[in-house]
Amino acid sequence: MSDLDYLDDRNYWREVRHYLIGFGLALALTLIPFAIIYWKMLAFKPALTVIGLCALLQMVVHLRFFLHIDLSRQKREDLQLILFSVLLLAIMALGTIWIIGNLGMRM
Amino acid sequence: MKHPGINLGPHHGTAHDQAEKVVFGFWVFLMSDLIIFGLMFATYVTMTNPVGMAGGPGPKHVFDLASVFAQTMILLTSSLTFGMASLAIRHEQGRNIISIWLYVTLALGLTFLVFEARDFTSMVGLGAVPSRSGYLSAFFGLVPLHGLHVMAGCLWIMVMILQIRAFGMIPLVKTRLLRLGLFWHFLDLVWIGIFTIVYLGGIGT
Repeated sequence: MSDLDYLDDRNYWREVRHYLIGFGLALALTLIPFAIIYWKMLAFKPALTVIGLCALLQMVVHLRFFLHIDLSRQKREDLQLILFSVLLLAIMALGTIWIIGNLGMRM
Repeated sequence: MKHPGINLGPHHGTAHDQAEKVVFGFWVFLMSDLIIFGLMFATYVTMTNPVGMAGGPGPKHVFDLASVFAQTMILLTSSLTFGMASLAIRHEQGRNIISIWLYVTLALGLTFLVFEARDFTSMVGLGAVPSRSGYLSAFFGLVPLHGLHVMAGCLWIMVMILQIRAFGMIPLVKTRLLRLGLFWHFLDLVWIGIFTIVYLGGIGT
């Protein structure tokens, strides 16, 4: 076994740990909203806020630990692609919900 | 410089260089897919009101929280097992170990689909069919679309298991597996939106 193998091996376990941390965080952020809804722990409005926040956080966890997107040393155009797509989506989706929701209230 | 998604590392030579272009291209596809899902979500949300429900069955009558919870756990675990496959590829642990992780991921993906199909069947049994209301049309536009993606992902895993056996870990197979990994993790990301907005949001009201 050469020195290089040893290095690779050590990195391997560090990377496995990275995935397990991500899995653990995602698991917690899944269990909290399910528990809140299952045991009806909160009133509707606060419950919705908490599960929404958990979902956003879990998305960040997935991006960070599974899709390996973070703010350091990335190819800039990839990040720009993701950010621009999310911006377009936000305009279209929130715009749809806003306008159609408004029309719905008038009916 | 690194690309988003797992990187093979310079010791993979050609495959690592090829990944530069193809991974970026695959992100372009994923982002267009994200727009499709996002707008299906927007449509769904605009239908969650009495007008959209049109007197038909609502979320509380037709959703089974236990089954959704099982599906969520299965998909989350499959993300971890695919991560292990990605690491096995990156650290060149040999095709057997890579294939085993892929088989485990495939089994989880198929189990997810069984649970989902059972849910849809029970919904149809309760009279919650797509033509019943705008709300149900939006539901059956969004959630089975994700199911179809998972199905495509499962098919892709099967093809890759065969390709690993037929060609070995050549650069093309490696970069295809990289993209499959991005696709699989992306599906789990979309599922967060589905269980939060559609299922938990629906049952919570």
